[in-house]
Amino acid sequence: MLYNKEIYSFARQCENFNRRNTVVFRGLKFSYNAANGQIKKLYNKIGNILKNGLTLEGINKKFGETETLKHIWLKAKAGKFLTLLGPSGCGKTTLLRIIAGLEIPDIGKVILGNQDITMMPAEKREINIVFQNYALFPHLNIFENIAFGLKARKFPKAIIKKRVEKKLEVLALQGFENRRPHQLSGGQKQRVALARALVNEPEVLLLDEPMSALDARLRAKVQVELRRLQQKLQKTFILVTHDQDEALVVSDHIAVMKEGRIIQTGAASEVYDNPKTEFVAEFLGAANLIKGEASGEGIKTEIGFLKLKKMPAWINGTVAIRPEWIKIRETMPSINGIKGKVAEIIYRGSEFDIRLQPCNLRVKTSAYRNFKQGDEIFIELAPEELAILDE
Amino acid sequence: MRKIRSIITFISISTIGFLYLPLAAMAFFSFNRSKYGFTWEGFTLNWYIKLFENQAIIEAALNTIVLAVVSTIISTIIGSALAIGMQKFPWSFKTEKSLNMMLYLPVAIPDIILAAAIVIIFGILRGVSSIFDPGLLNMIIGHITFQIAFVALVVKSRLASLNSEIEEAARDLFASRFYILRRITLPLLTPGIAAGAMLAFTLSLDDFVISFFMAGPKSTTLPIYIFGAARRGITPQIHAISTIILLITVVSVIAAGRLTVKKNRKRWRITKNFVHL
Repeated sequence: MLYNKEIYSFARQCENFNRRNTVVFRGLKFSYNAANGQIKKLYNKIGNILKNGLTLEGINKKFGETETLKHIWLKAKAGKFLTLLGPSGCGKTTLLRIIAGLEIPDIGKVILGNQDITMMPAEKREINIVFQNYALFPHLNIFENIAFGLKARKFPKAIIKKRVEKKLEVLALQGFENRRPHQLSGGQKQRVALARALVNEPEVLLLDEPMSALDARLRAKVQVELRRLQQKLQKTFILVTHDQDEALVVSDHIAVMKEGRIIQTGAASEVYDNPKTEFVAEFLGAANLIKGEASGEGIKTEIGFLKLKKMPAWINGTVAIRPEWIKIRETMPSINGIKGKVAEIIYRGSEFDIRLQPCNLRVKTSAYRNFKQGDEIFIELAPEELAILDE
Repeated sequence: MRKIRSIITFISISTIGFLYLPLAAMAFFSFNRSKYGFTWEGFTLNWYIKLFENQAIIEAALNTIVLAVVSTIISTIIGSALAIGMQKFPWSFKTEKSLNMMLYLPVAIPDIILAAAIVIIFGILRGVSSIFDPGLLNMIIGHITFQIAFVALVVKSRLASLNSEIEEAARDLFASRFYILRRITLPLLTPGIAAGAMLAFTLSLDDFVISFFMAGPKSTTLPIYIFGAARRGITPQIHAISTIILLITVVSVIAAGRLTVKKNRKRWRITKNFVHL
């Protein structure tokens, strides 16, 4: 169970104060009767609140005349990893700052558990953020950096020491306690920023493009570590990124954003497999887009008739297929087969990127077979691989 | 190529000579045994020893130091607070622009005009209380008025170089405004505040114009004393005093420079690491 430990420790507190029969938890009053065994009921109730996660209801935000966020509805499930994915300038960082409390939305509500925290200042929220450039305190050493949040809330020294040391261990930072941020490498700085946020045991951890300052190899490693960490802690993580690979590696759920709106949300694989718009199909995995007109069991397109798994809702529209889902065949396939000429080959070690003419399709294939420019090949666009876009 | 290089070297050396030759000559003649004129009659420390026997000079030196220290402390506090207030308060764009302008003006206004203006104010205030009679207090107030702008400008430039994300990070980590000021903003500003204070100190130390207008009979400072003595003829004793003041100024300027340069070097190292990543 998700927050069992926290609920349990809370319930223990209730038992110790059982002469009082109301408790306040996050601004909510609960009445209970210890004699009637209501404690179990009580913490089921609290457990449900915690499981509510974070909800954004109709967020709008304007800076001057530009509408940065337009009518955002979003739910981050408790204990899950949500990624806000979009190109730069789509408003994803502003949305993250609204969740953190560093900006206040013009309209809309931010709800954590079932408490409205829209107007709660950043310093009161049980939400911590890892900034893009980490924003470590340059005049404090690593220990003091990590301990900052606990110290500001006046935790006892012994507890601060214990908790900071534990985080140092979890993030492999032992031995760096007395160093200053400028003496660390980028990867180490990032781990300090993570430790500094996580030591406060926030309900929600926000990450604002935390990998962008790392080189490609380190980034790939850190992505996997971040995913592992989230699964171990079972906390709600919300990541902002423009890197679709990163989004797919780390997230349970993805919300794709464009120009201040959320275009599509869903489980990572669902968004990848079933893009709903051209933008999502192209942004997430650079799919081939094929326009066509509905007829019979499929659509008529400029590269021929394509059979679909189900009929689209439109007459004129678009289907998408990812380069790696197109299969190369020795002979002309009976369904959705196309003959094409290799116009361009890019060798990527384990695979080829091929551009075919005249249909102008991009195909990805493993490099077991040698292709040459000008080769004629047969490809199959299987109906179950063709995603029907909404528009 | 070689010719150009030697020409550049010659120009540089003459420029530096032009700047430092008078000062070097002054220091040189402060060790001269001859009382009048500029002929070298042998080395002596006599003029320096005599300084410490001259009651008027010691008094003037004490006044100068009290004036410089007190006015620097007060102007550093007010100037830093002004800089922080100007930076943090959500002024409208126009207000901020005119505030900046108002901050730059005292730096550009000639000292003598500022001094004359302050004399008018003190003239009016004298009618209210006799505290505003010419004297050390008036001089301290006068010095503070022109020091504030310098301190605020130095602190402001340091503030502008601080990353606003750092304060946001502190807010996100449950710090109240006061806690952020005490634990984040002030420690990071310390080099800027110290540099501003050093600057204010040296400005007060060698100020003549404003001191001269505000001084009372008992509040002569070293610059005023030197001015008075020089009218009676320049003696090696004046060279000696001037050399000491010069030395103090040089030391505080170097110290101020160290404080800022050290930080810059550190920042540079950070960016270098960043590039290497």
